[in-house]
Amino acid sequence: MPIRSLLLLCLTATLSLPASAKIRVFVCEPEWGALVTELAGDSVDLDVATSALQDVHQIEAKPSLIAKLRRADLLVCSGGGLEAGWLPQLIRQAGNAKVASGNGAFMAVAQVNTLERPSQLDRAAGDLHPEGNPHIQMDPHRVLQVATALTTRLQQVDAANAAVYTQRLADFSSRWSAAILRWQDRAAPLRGRNIVVHHKSWVYLEEWLGLKEIGALEAKPGVPPTSAHLSGLVATTQSSDTLVIVRAAYQDAKASRWLSERTAVPAVSLPLTVGGDERATDLFGLFDSTIDLLLGAIK
Amino acid sequence: MIRRLSIAMYTLMLASLAASADTPSIEGIDALEARLRTLEASSLALQEQTAATLAALAQAREQIVALQAVVPSAAVASSASAFNPAISIILNGGYAHHSLDSADYALAGFALAGEGGPGAQGLSLGESEISFAANIDEKFYGQVTLAIESEEGEDGVGVEEAYVETTALPDGLTARAGRFFSNIGYLNTHHAHTDAFSNRPLVYQALLGNQYADDGVQLRWIAPTDTYLELGGELMRGQSFPSGGAANAGTGVRTLFAHAGGDVGVEHSWLAGVSVVDARTQAGDDGFNGDNRLYLADFTWKWAPNGNTRDGGVTLRSEYLRDQRDGRYIDPEQGIDTVWEGSRRGAYLEGVWRINRQWDAGYRYDRLWADDDGPYASDVDPVRHNLMLTWRNSEFSLIRLQYSHDVPAPDLRDNAISLQYQTALGAHGAHKF
Repeated sequence: MPIRSLLLLCLTATLSLPASAKIRVFVCEPEWGALVTELAGDSVDLDVATSALQDVHQIEAKPSLIAKLRRADLLVCSGGGLEAGWLPQLIRQAGNAKVASGNGAFMAVAQVNTLERPSQLDRAAGDLHPEGNPHIQMDPHRVLQVATALTTRLQQVDAANAAVYTQRLADFSSRWSAAILRWQDRAAPLRGRNIVVHHKSWVYLEEWLGLKEIGALEAKPGVPPTSAHLSGLVATTQSSDTLVIVRAAYQDAKASRWLSERTAVPAVSLPLTVGGDERATDLFGLFDSTIDLLLGAIK
Repeated sequence: MIRRLSIAMYTLMLASLAASADTPSIEGIDALEARLRTLEASSLALQEQTAATLAALAQAREQIVALQAVVPSAAVASSASAFNPAISIILNGGYAHHSLDSADYALAGFALAGEGGPGAQGLSLGESEISFAANIDEKFYGQVTLAIESEEGEDGVGVEEAYVETTALPDGLTARAGRFFSNIGYLNTHHAHTDAFSNRPLVYQALLGNQYADDGVQLRWIAPTDTYLELGGELMRGQSFPSGGAANAGTGVRTLFAHAGGDVGVEHSWLAGVSVVDARTQAGDDGFNGDNRLYLADFTWKWAPNGNTRDGGVTLRSEYLRDQRDGRYIDPEQGIDTVWEGSRRGAYLEGVWRINRQWDAGYRYDRLWADDDGPYASDVDPVRHNLMLTWRNSEFSLIRLQYSHDVPAPDLRDNAISLQYQTALGAHGAHKF
């Protein structure tokens, strides 16, 4: 009888689980995984659901993710509709009341003020998010706000380690604040420069560094680039002294290369999140790499 | 000459310096040191002031950002409609041409029960549905799906699903009550609009009446293991095929199911399951009265480059079903009442290639094994081949072209071609794996 043997299997698995005082944190995107590592270190067990080479809009509610969420004490995601296609399904299937709502569910986008809140919601305009653009991780100031709120949440969920979290946040914010000044200094030559983007994932970086987005390869958010739309971008890209055509590591290079070949504007793949290239091994590396790649396009 | 002169001057300068040092201006040095110290102190103070200013600036920025964040959320909270359930509407329909008249269609060895049978001829509205879902409170979630169907010129709205589910039970437990699709097999738990093909496999048509939904209760449990493991069971009314007549005082069907799944590396995922349905049946759609036991095994394997399943990859899926009848075949109109004991089987195997975000191509092989004894005895087994090509404009709309070659009975051939549209409007759906 297969059911009986399966039942036996999982009972033995349950009994043999080691007793662990550590809380388990389930994280949707690598950038928040890296932030949890900065803020909690070894005090938590961490599961990161996606990689930098995956499109987080389009993940499937895989069995492995349900199993991970089932055991989590805290869920850390972007929110703001970014994971609308899979996270609600994971939560409903995991049967884990701790992360279904309340303190166990932490959404980064809800901690900050978002840009591009649509005044009108119509899918004819593409895959819009009523809560605003959810790709907030490329603004270090917002990352710091999220870090502060996340620390409070970690302390609520894991009161035993509250002092550790306070100390680690102090350490992180002083290193982070210093890094922000360093990055702003380095990125000064980028101010006012024009860029073309693949998807609207870069508005927070643009706002922070004073970059100007003059076009997107996707005619509408979430709709793959079409050749007609790309052809229309050639003239704008050429005439605007465009610095660079930007795509994220997970995006197909075809469209940005096509435009690059016709306009002689370099196409660059930016990490967008931790793990997106060799240097982006943590949050600091993510910004170091992004700024250097953009500076590298200045002749 | 010049060098000699400069050396002389240098010596003179040194001499005068030495003289001034001898003449005792220690106070002068002290004064200088004091001035240096003042300068150092004021430079330090300046540095501190700069740091304080920068910090204040950063703080002010955070305050501005926080203030900006507060304003819009206050506006949202004041709107009463913010508590309306998420509404999602599926519109589905299209054109189909069958070479065989549906009046002549028969499935050798099986009855056309439930919603089984070939699709409509010509233009038609397919199964379109409206779904409402929301958290009821901190302990319950509710969902209603109404299906709009059009059969032989008659429009009807049916309650496809209407259930309440717990969200706050401990230890991975979830309970559900109401009407819902039984959690047996793979396709049975999925709404037809998430299928890769425009028709359900023959085995689902023959042994489950397309899909088994009923009124009942369900309890399921997710094991706290690295590998996904779900165990559960249901007690159902027993009103609809493969059951019927709401036997056992309206608790005619019991089910047990187990699903397991996981990843192999980043690019491969799998899901497998076994299920059992025990259906006490009175006057079933196929004339059956007695105990109908159904076994199901399902298996899904997905591969996608970097795990981006929407942009490419292959999905392989197969399900195998076997029924076991122990009862009587009764047809009151014909005055027939005979023993029905025996077993029949069916399976499908499908492969879908996701070419890119917009195109899918797939093939599905349907097969049934009839019983050579009993009321539907047949020596021939039905077979169907299905080929499909799907174009997606976005996550929310698709157009599907499908060709099916069906040999449902010895002398019957049905070549069907269909063009189907399917759209989802309203709330962004989150689909199962």
